[in-house]
Amino acid sequence: MIKTDILIIGAGPVGMFAVFEAGLLKLRCHLIDALAEPGGQCTEIYPKKPIYDIPAYPEILAGDLVKNLAEQIAPFEPTYTLGERADTIEKLEDGTFVVTTNKGTKHNAPAVFIAGGLGSFEPRKPPIKEIVDFEDKGVEYIIKDPEFYRGKRVVISGGGDSALDWSIFLADVADEVSLVHRRKDFRGALDSVEKVAELAKEGKINLITDAEVKEIHGTDHVNAVMIKHKTEGDIIKECDHFIPLFGLSPKLGPIADWGLEIEKNAIIVNNALDYGTNIPGIFAIGDVNTYPGKLKLILSGFHEATIAVQFAYNIINPGKRYVMKYTTVNGVTGFDGEKKEAKKAVVKSIG
Amino acid sequence: MSDIKVKITDREGVVHELDAPTDMSMNIMELCKAYELPVEGTCGGMAMCASCQCYVNSDHELPEMGEAEEDMLDQAFHVEDNSRLGCQLHITPEMDGLEIELAPESDV
Repeated sequence: MIKTDILIIGAGPVGMFAVFEAGLLKLRCHLIDALAEPGGQCTEIYPKKPIYDIPAYPEILAGDLVKNLAEQIAPFEPTYTLGERADTIEKLEDGTFVVTTNKGTKHNAPAVFIAGGLGSFEPRKPPIKEIVDFEDKGVEYIIKDPEFYRGKRVVISGGGDSALDWSIFLADVADEVSLVHRRKDFRGALDSVEKVAELAKEGKINLITDAEVKEIHGTDHVNAVMIKHKTEGDIIKECDHFIPLFGLSPKLGPIADWGLEIEKNAIIVNNALDYGTNIPGIFAIGDVNTYPGKLKLILSGFHEATIAVQFAYNIINPGKRYVMKYTTVNGVTGFDGEKKEAKKAVVKSIG
Repeated sequence: MSDIKVKITDREGVVHELDAPTDMSMNIMELCKAYELPVEGTCGGMAMCASCQCYVNSDHELPEMGEAEEDMLDQAFHVEDNSRLGCQLHITPEMDGLEIELAPESDV
């Protein structure tokens, strides 16, 4: 069991900055993130895009913002569980929380900060009514082990790189590969598009364009899909597996079932006080929360993190007095005892 | 004032006639959000989520799709020939009288 003072779910910029503010109060933090590296959307989606509304940075690339945050919080020695999604939360008798990830890693802390942004990134599911019933019964959104498809009849749908690449790969493994795409054009890398065209010509890939999979047939396992073709009407294609590959989209995910008050996919917090949720000890900061007047800005998240940390201090150190201190006056002392501070100099007196 | 009128049909079929400012560098996704229509705009306008997909029903000549928009619509669902991403349609005076309809949400 990993133990910490504040367990932060989501290692985006706001979760990272919370480590700094917590460190000033001598609180340790551990971060969980479904992605393989810290930075959240800034790293995953737009690392090379500039941000213009970070105070005092006329322009900074999202990737550089994350790099700077990592440097800023380093003295407070954050630890991470990366590539795992926080799945369940449980409150123990002593008032602390245990958060378990999808891989079974357990974390224990008296305060939990949800800084989950838009949520965790999950495969986009096509709007086919019965698709949920066939998940793991012939419908897979991610190919984990291509060998699984050896000798099977597979229908892949999508028009991007992963649909193309997997069609090419499985053409040699599966008994039969059909690639269904809504248009004639594919948006993937030119090499892959050409390769698919070549394999289609050789009869190794059954290419069905201007078409969409609309229904899944089967009793307890997929045995066919219905493909709606723009001009040729409905085609029933017998198959063992249907693999829709339409990229990822963010979902609030399991956090939605933690008993928190939710409005429009965001967690309701008390913005008049502490950014706490309806469950004492659980706070929500950054894009994942909502309150009257909420703005989904990184700078707002930094503010929310700072406030929430002060209240988490009171939970972790009940009755122990503390006031917020200025870093310019007091410097920053890392957990290894190393202190960063201003040079002593004469300052003009006030008044 | 430099407002134009844009007619937006929501997912319940209700038509909203909105005053859209042309001088605030807004796009159609933001216009919907400003009037609290049910458009998520999850990615913030980077053409990366398709939650602002809409169908253009009037015959206005709109700016051509950029690569990011084509790319996203390629992966989106409920896409028709008149599909566009609201976030890529910057409001200009030429759009006066534009009629659009919100595409269904893609969640199952």
